Amino acid sequence: MHPAPSVILFTVLSGLGFGLLAFLGFGSSAASGWPAFAHYFVAFGLAVSGLLASVFHLGNPKNAIKAFSQWRSSWLSREGLLAVAALMVMGAYALAAIFWGTSLKEIGILGALLSLATVFSTSMIYAQLATVPRWNHPLTSGLFLAFSIAGGAFLAGKFCIAIAAFLISGGVQIAAWRFGDRRFAARGSTMESATGLGRIGRVRLFEAPHTGGNYLLNEMVYQVGRKHGHRLRVIALLSGFILPAALLLLSTQLPILILAGGLHCIGIFAARWLFFAEAEHVVGLYYGKR
Amino acid sequence: MTDLPQKTARKLGLVIDLDTCVGCHACVISCKGWNTENYGAALSDQDPYGADPQGTFLNRVHSFEVQPADGASQTVHFPKSCLHCEDAPCVTVCPTGASYKRVEDGIVLVNENDCIGCGLCAWACPYGARELDQTAGVMKKCTLCVDRIYNENLPEEDREPACVRTCPAGARHFGDFADENSNVSQLTAARGGMDLMPELGTKPVNKYLPPRPKDSGEEIDILAPFLTPISEEPRGFLGWLDKTLGKL
Repeated sequence: MHPAPSVILFTVLSGLGFGLLAFLGFGSSAASGWPAFAHYFVAFGLAVSGLLASVFHLGNPKNAIKAFSQWRSSWLSREGLLAVAALMVMGAYALAAIFWGTSLKEIGILGALLSLATVFSTSMIYAQLATVPRWNHPLTSGLFLAFSIAGGAFLAGKFCIAIAAFLISGGVQIAAWRFGDRRFAARGSTMESATGLGRIGRVRLFEAPHTGGNYLLNEMVYQVGRKHGHRLRVIALLSGFILPAALLLLSTQLPILILAGGLHCIGIFAARWLFFAEAEHVVGLYYGKR
Repeated sequence: MTDLPQKTARKLGLVIDLDTCVGCHACVISCKGWNTENYGAALSDQDPYGADPQGTFLNRVHSFEVQPADGASQTVHFPKSCLHCEDAPCVTVCPTGASYKRVEDGIVLVNENDCIGCGLCAWACPYGARELDQTAGVMKKCTLCVDRIYNENLPEEDREPACVRTCPAGARHFGDFADENSNVSQLTAARGGMDLMPELGTKPVNKYLPPRPKDSGEEIDILAPFLTPISEEPRGFLGWLDKTLGKL
């Protein structure tokens, strides 16, 4: 799949933002005043900028408000509603914390759960697609939630949880890669089943339907070189999880935190880029690409 | 609403005969023409006269070569457009309700006024039936010529999809699969019409008729029975003749 920058930004930033909001809702923030404000500002900033980034992916954004209407059937619609609900509930919690120094416990827990539900809903947008066997599995949701919790713990200052979460996320990512690499073949979609001509013999593409490109090829038949992909996987693991965890074990001084945070972001972006770039869509079978 | 209808009154769709299609791409052109040269937003092209043209087409013809275990390979031309699935994944993923399946005839359509161009329906479609028009920013797909089949302003014989009307080989058929006696139902039953990628559970309505079995390609030699030797070691009169002729 074509790794559109807007979609990568959307999933990474909103994942971090809602992860942090979840920790804040569960009571991880400073008591009140400016430190609390900083925490909430970062959380809301990340979540909202992530959601705005997703709007840039749209071909026709003027109808965007209608995207809230189909929550009964569409995960994308549910994600929009849950995001707004989480931001409103956590907004109330944040105002109470910053200006009145009160911690509205139940509101906070509700907001935290809504934030996690938003991340889950985002993951389901991709995990529901039977057309991308690599994504079509609960591990995808596990991946999104693990990344979100790890990043959120780090930003919330919960460094012990963050170290554990980084290592667990790394493990989930490795599992997702190993399992995902085999999914397309295991699903059993082949050129023979795509064309129904398997009963005659082996099928290969003789002539593509067009000599140029088209939307399907640009979006859904994107191929990453194996070596290039492998290198990026190593970078994603090291920079995203292993190095930040190691740095946190060494020290929690601000410069180290900034370094760890920067490395984590680089790793997460690499991992998410690979998530999209390595996804194989079954429509590629019609172009002889699998 | 992007819930799928439980049952549709009619099940309109196409039957594509892979044995008859010659790969002329006339259906591709007529579909592009009907959806571009008439009212409504055109199917756009980017750089159409330049070096790298790309454009929105609702129906495309692939060509595959099939190699059986023994014998010569076959070339099969494969037109592909929206299959108007009963369990269409493109309908349920749509966040705005722009993608819907009609209750009265089962045609899957895009309401361009509601489409935000997120592209998720195109990701959900295994068959590549949907393309985002780069100029309009909305999703385009085969409409089963819903603006032709009910159109009283067209003569009777034109009230079928443009691709079916134009096919010079008669490889495309249009009808109601819910009616057992319709042309499409009878063709599907007689020729074993098949679904594409049935393992994905989309329950496509359009059916493809597989190529008929071909001759094995062994050569037939008419003189062979007359030229086979009568005997390797001749005896009697033939043996004497053989020896005498050998001495000459």
